[in-house]
Amino acid sequence: MKPAPFNYRAPDKLTEALDLLATYGSDAKVLAGGQSLVPAMNFRLNRFALLIDINRIRELEYIRIDGQVLRIGALTRHRDIEMSPLVREHAPLVAEAVRHVAHLPIRTRGTIGGSLSHADPAAESPAIVLALDGTLVLQSRTGARSVRATEFFQGMFSTALQPNELLVEIQLPVAQPGQRFAFEEVSRRRGDFAIVGVGAMVNLQHGRISQARFAACGVGTGPVRLRAAEQLLEQQVPTAALFARAAAAAAAAVDPQTDIHADAEYRRRLLAGLVERVGMRAAGLSEGAKRD
Amino acid sequence: MQNRPPKSWRDAVEHEINIPDQPILATDKVRYVGEALAVIVAESRYLAEDAAELIEVDLEPLPAVATVDMALATDAPKVHDDLKSNVVARLRIRKGDAAGILASGVRSIRHRFTNHRYLAMPIECRGVVSQYDSRSDSLTIWSSTQVVHWVRREVAVRLGLPESRVRCIAPDVGGGFGVKGHVYPEDVLIPYLARRLGRPVKWIEDRHEHLLNSTHARDDRHDVEVAFDDKGRILAIRDNFVKDSGAYTPVGIGAPSNTIAHLLGPYDIPHLEAAATVVVTNKTPNAPYRGSGRPEGVFVMERLMDLVARELGMDPVELRLRNMIPPERMPYSVGIPYRDGVPVVYDSGDFPAALHEAINALGGLEAIRAEQRAAWAEGRFLGLGVASFVEGTGAGPFEGATVRIDPSGEIFVATGACAQGQGHETIFAQVAADEWGVTPDQVTVSIADTGSIALGYGTIASRSAVNSSSAIRKASAVLRQKVFAIAGHLLECAIEDLELRDGRVSVKGVPTMSISLAEIAQAARPGWDHRRPPGMSGGLEVTEYFEPPTVTWAYATHAALVEIDRITGAPIIRKYVVVHDSGVLINPKLADGQVLGGVCQGIGGGLLEEVIYDQDGQLLTGSLMDYLVPTASDMPPIEVIHRETPSPLNELGVKGLGEGGAIAPPVAIANAVCDALRPAGYEIFATPIRRSEILKAIDKILG
Ligand SMILES: Cc1cc2nc3c(=O)[nH]c(=O)nc-3n(C[C@H](O)[C@H](O)[C@H](O)COP(=O)(O)OP(=O)(O)OC[C@H]3O[C@@H](n4cnc5c(N)ncnc54)[C@H](O)[C@@H]3O)c2cc1C
Repeated sequence: MKPAPFNYRAPDKLTEALDLLATYGSDAKVLAGGQSLVPAMNFRLNRFALLIDINRIRELEYIRIDGQVLRIGALTRHRDIEMSPLVREHAPLVAEAVRHVAHLPIRTRGTIGGSLSHADPAAESPAIVLALDGTLVLQSRTGARSVRATEFFQGMFSTALQPNELLVEIQLPVAQPGQRFAFEEVSRRRGDFAIVGVGAMVNLQHGRISQARFAACGVGTGPVRLRAAEQLLEQQVPTAALFARAAAAAAAAVDPQTDIHADAEYRRRLLAGLVERVGMRAAGLSEGAKRD
Repeated sequence: MQNRPPKSWRDAVEHEINIPDQPILATDKVRYVGEALAVIVAESRYLAEDAAELIEVDLEPLPAVATVDMALATDAPKVHDDLKSNVVARLRIRKGDAAGILASGVRSIRHRFTNHRYLAMPIECRGVVSQYDSRSDSLTIWSSTQVVHWVRREVAVRLGLPESRVRCIAPDVGGGFGVKGHVYPEDVLIPYLARRLGRPVKWIEDRHEHLLNSTHARDDRHDVEVAFDDKGRILAIRDNFVKDSGAYTPVGIGAPSNTIAHLLGPYDIPHLEAAATVVVTNKTPNAPYRGSGRPEGVFVMERLMDLVARELGMDPVELRLRNMIPPERMPYSVGIPYRDGVPVVYDSGDFPAALHEAINALGGLEAIRAEQRAAWAEGRFLGLGVASFVEGTGAGPFEGATVRIDPSGEIFVATGACAQGQGHETIFAQVAADEWGVTPDQVTVSIADTGSIALGYGTIASRSAVNSSSAIRKASAVLRQKVFAIAGHLLECAIEDLELRDGRVSVKGVPTMSISLAEIAQAARPGWDHRRPPGMSGGLEVTEYFEPPTVTWAYATHAALVEIDRITGAPIIRKYVVVHDSGVLINPKLADGQVLGGVCQGIGGGLLEEVIYDQDGQLLTGSLMDYLVPTASDMPPIEVIHRETPSPLNELGVKGLGEGGAIAPPVAIANAVCDALRPAGYEIFATPIRRSEILKAIDKILG
C-alpha cells in the first residue's frame, strides 16, 4: 500500500497552482487534506505525473460573511467549519452536518473543497450544499466561473470541474428568519460515511411551510434533492401525517445503490425514516432522536 | 505437525483427515486471492511495490469454488488436484442414541444456522525480520508470532538447519487473538531470504495484506435437530455441520473439534450426534480466532435454547435452568472425548448460579419482563438475551519454565508462552514472587524467545496462565529443595526447620537466623570456595515441564438488554453483563481486561464485522472502509462479575480466560433481538445480525 511514483510541488500562491494545472491538466492531481486521495494513491488506484499540494495556499482558507452570502474558502478544514461561530449563526445546517464527517483527526485535515470535488455520494457536504442551493467558484488560469450546486454534481465521483480548474470558494446564502434546519444520518459506526443522511431547511411563515429544501446523501450516484417531498410540503400546515407522506414520496422517488453495507431497500427505508425525523424536527414538531 | 491430534483422540473419534500442506509460494496453482506467488526484495517497500507491478503473471482463470455448496457439488472443481474431493476432514462423535430418540416420535425441531466469516484484526499486523550469521550459519528471526518454538522447528526443518542454529523471538508484537498462532509462509520465507542474500530482511504486513492473507475465522453452517419433552428437557441433539476452511487448513481440525466438544455447553443432555465436514474453497485459509470453534457451537446451542422455549411457551431463562447441570453433579462427565483425547469432565463450578447472577445484575427476570411489556405497549422493542456456555481452557500438551536465581538474588523465569498484551510478564512474576516470598519486581521474566528455554508450545487456546504458571510453580518447587539444602548446610540446621520469607530462608521461629537468596546463590556458584553441601552440583537453575492432565473447564453466562432503534433497526445494547468463572484469578484487573476485550470483539463479530466474497472468490472487504471493526463508541456499558471456583486440575486452581469473552456476544445479542421482536415471531438463524432484517420484522409488527 505505497503509491506509484509521482512528482510533487507545493506552491504557496493560487496563481502558481493554476499555472501548474494549466500546464499539466489531467496529468496533475490536487492534494488538499488527502483524506480521500491518499488512500486511493496507496491502493494505486490513482496515477499521475504531478501532485500539486495546495495546503500552503493560505488564501484559500477562510470563512467570511459578505452581505447575504457566507463564503468558505475551498481549503477550509471540516474542523474549522465545525468550530466557526459564523457558520453556526449563518449556516446552522452546515454546522450540524459537518460534525458527522468522519472522526476528529480526519476533520482536522480534510477540507470542504476536497469533499465537494471528490463528490462521494455518501458524503455529507455535497448534500448540504445542494440543500442550501449553494454556488461553487471554479478557477483556472484564464478566469473564474460560478456553478450552482445543482449543476456541479454530475454523478458518482464526478463534477463540473475541468482538469485545469481548482475549486476555490463555496458560497452559501445566509439563513433567513423563519428558516429552520435539521440534519441526521445513519451510519454503521459513528464517524463512518453515512448509509443515508438527510439535511433539510423548512421555512415557516404564519404556520405554513413557505419553502422546503431537502437533500440526501447515500441514496443515489451523488447528492440528491428530494423534490417530491419538497413539493408535498410546500404551502402546507406541518403535521406528523404530512411528513409521513413526504417521507414516502421521497423514498419512492430515489433509486439507491446496493452495496455491502446496505441494500437499496434498506436505504429507501432509512431515507423515509430520516425525512420524517428531520422534517418534524425542522418544523419544530419534535425534538427528534437527537442521539450523540 | 504441532496440531496433530493425539492417538487417544484418533482412537476415540470417527475421523478421516487429509489436510494438504500449504506451499511457501504458490507454484502451479493459485488457490485464493492474496496467495503469494512471487517475492521481491528491495531497499524499500515503495521500490518493492513498484517492482511487483513489473511482474507479468500468466494466469489461466479456473472456475472458482467460493462457497461450501460449490465445494460439495458433485461436479465441483477440485481446489487441490491431488485430493479425492474438496472434503479435507470428517469427524463424528456420538453419545447415546440421538438418531433413535429423534425417530421415536418425541417433539423436535430442526433448523439451519450459519456462522459467518470474520476475523481477529489485531491493531498490529504481522511482521517477520530475520538476520543470518554466516560465521555460525545461524538465523535469528523476530516474528510477530504466538508460537516461537513452532516457528523455529518449521524453519529448521524447511531450511535443513539444526534447531540450535535457529532462534525465534517474538518481541512486543501487539494483539494476537489466534491469528498469529501458527506458522505462516512468511515465517519461513523471510529467514530463507536472509540466509540466501546474506543481509537482514524485513517484511511488515500492511492492512490490505492482512485482510487478504492473514487467516480468517468462524464460517460454518449447521443443520441441527433437537428433541425435547413437554417439560422442556432437551433429550437429544443431532448436528451436521460444514466448515469452510478456505484454501488451506493451517491449524487442522482444531476449530471444528472445539465446536463439537463445546456444543452441549452447561446442559445435561443425554444424546448427541455431531458430525463435521471440513471443506476447502478458494478463500483465505481459516484458522482459530479467540474462541476457535466455540462461538459457532454456542451460537447454535443458545439459539436452540430460545427456540425450544418459544415452542413450549416457556421463558428461555427457565428452560436453561431446567437443563443445566446442578453443582452437586460436579465433576460431571459429558461422555465425549476432548481434542486431547481425554474424556470431557467439567471439573468444577455452579452453572445455574452464574445464570441467576447475570439476570439479577440486569434487574431480575420479573422486572425485565415488566419493563419489556411496558415498552411493547409504547411501540418500543426491548429484549433480554442470554447465553451460557462452558469453555475448555489451558489445553496441553505442555509448557515449560526455567527458574534461576542468580548471584544477585534476582529470580529469573523463562517460559515458552508468548505475550500479546495479556500481561504475561506481570502474572508470571506474581506467581514466581509467591513461590519465592519476594515481590514481583524482583523477578525477571523472559518469554517468547527460543534462546531462553529449549522447548515450548506457545500462547494459544487460553493456555498460558494455566500451563506456564504451573510450570513455574513446578520448577520453583524443585529448585527450592536445592536452595533449602544449601541454606540448611550454611545455617547448620535441618531442612524441615526452614521457611521462605521476604527473599530469605530462615529458621522457623528464629527470624534472626536467616540467609538471603543472594547469599545462597553465591554459595551455589560452581568453582573454588563454593559452599554447597558435599556432592551437590553447582548453580541454581531448574527447568521443568508441566503437562496438564487435560483442560480446565471455565464457564460463563452473558446477558444483554437490547432495545431496537425503530428507524434504523439498530440493536442498541443498553447493558451487557458477563458472569464468568475462570477459577482463581491471578490478577483481577488483567482478568477484567481479557473478558472486556473479548466481549468487544464478540460484539463486533455479531453486529459489524463480516468478510465478504463474491461468487468468483473475490474478496470484497479488503480495507477497513469495508470491513467494520467496532470502536470505543460502539461499546455498551459492560459489567463483569467474576466467580472463582478453583480448578482441581492444577495446584494454582486457575483456568484459562483469554477467549471466553468473545464466545457468547453474537448469540446473546441475537437472542435479545429476537426476544424484543417476539411479537413478530422474528428469529435469527445467521450472523451477522442485520439491521435491514430487523426493520422488516418491525414493519410486520407495525403493519
Ligand atoms: C476513515 C475516513 C472516514 C471518512 N468519513 C467521512 C464521512 O463520514 N463523511 C465525509 O464526507 N467524508 C468522510 N471522509 C472523507 C474526508 O471527509 C475527506 O476529507 C474528504 O472527502 C476529501 O477532502 P480532502 O481535503 O481530504 O481531499 P483530498 O483527499 O486531498 O482530495 C480529494 C479529491 O478532491 C480533489 N480536490 C481536493 N481539493 C480540490 C480543490 N480545491 N479543487 C479541485 N479538486 C480538489 C483531489 O484532487 C482529489 O481528487 C472520511 C475519510 C476517512 C479517511
